[in-house]
Amino acid sequence: MANKQFDNHLGIVGWLGGGRWGVERYLYILHRLTGLGLLLFFLMHIFASSVRMYGPESWGVAMAILKNPVFKLGEFCVFVIFAFHALNGIRLIFIELGLAVGRAEEPIYPYKSSLNNQRPLMVVAMVLVAILIIAGGYNTFFGSH
Amino acid sequence: MRETAYWTWFIIAGIVILVIAGLHMVVMHLPMFGVFNPESGAVTDWGNVAFRSQNQFLAFTYIILLGAVLFHGFYGLRTIVFELGPKKSFQDGFTVILWIVGLVLFGIGTYAAIAAKALETAL
Repeated sequence: MANKQFDNHLGIVGWLGGGRWGVERYLYILHRLTGLGLLLFFLMHIFASSVRMYGPESWGVAMAILKNPVFKLGEFCVFVIFAFHALNGIRLIFIELGLAVGRAEEPIYPYKSSLNNQRPLMVVAMVLVAILIIAGGYNTFFGSH
Repeated sequence: MRETAYWTWFIIAGIVILVIAGLHMVVMHLPMFGVFNPESGAVTDWGNVAFRSQNQFLAFTYIILLGAVLFHGFYGLRTIVFELGPKKSFQDGFTVILWIVGLVLFGIGTYAAIAAKALETAL
């Protein structure tokens, strides 16, 4: 949905391309998509978990539906997007507060990009996401609960 | 609410979600921390669900989590929609709608938490 009022306003199309901004730009897109996914899940979760107020019979019926393997896979997907959204969100808060972005410097040519200073934080965050996903996957599919 | 206040609460809500949703996942997915799941069997078995519904601490944290997620999620949705460049009148209307929907959902979730606790007391 391009906006004629602003020539450089690309709307939704602008979200899809990272351009010259690198991997952080794609994390930005993923952060929004995972956020929307989590919001959708949570709205359904409010109603699904509210069934308990109708007593054990209604709860049993709801849980019988949710025992379907499709929901097990869905549960893992929710964990994956939660792990990404949470750790990438912590990274964004760090950057917002000026942590892990390097010291401010005079803008002298050739200019340096602060993205290079931020990148180690991004790498650490994504490694932690990967570890959480592996642990969560093991717990979801092989755990005793 | 001013935009800076919205944003500050958005960040606070995110941190609250991280802590309480983390606790929620420990309670629901790591059975070795069985203090909140005293019955044998799955964490979703009625005995465990009833126990957690009765627990004041969990009921309170879930209501806080409910409010934090609704605020964080709807503010995020609002930010995404506003970046598409809608008119000011649409922005104002959309904000009001999100507040109304959020408060209704918060009411439903809070009522469910309190009703489940009352039900267990009656049983």
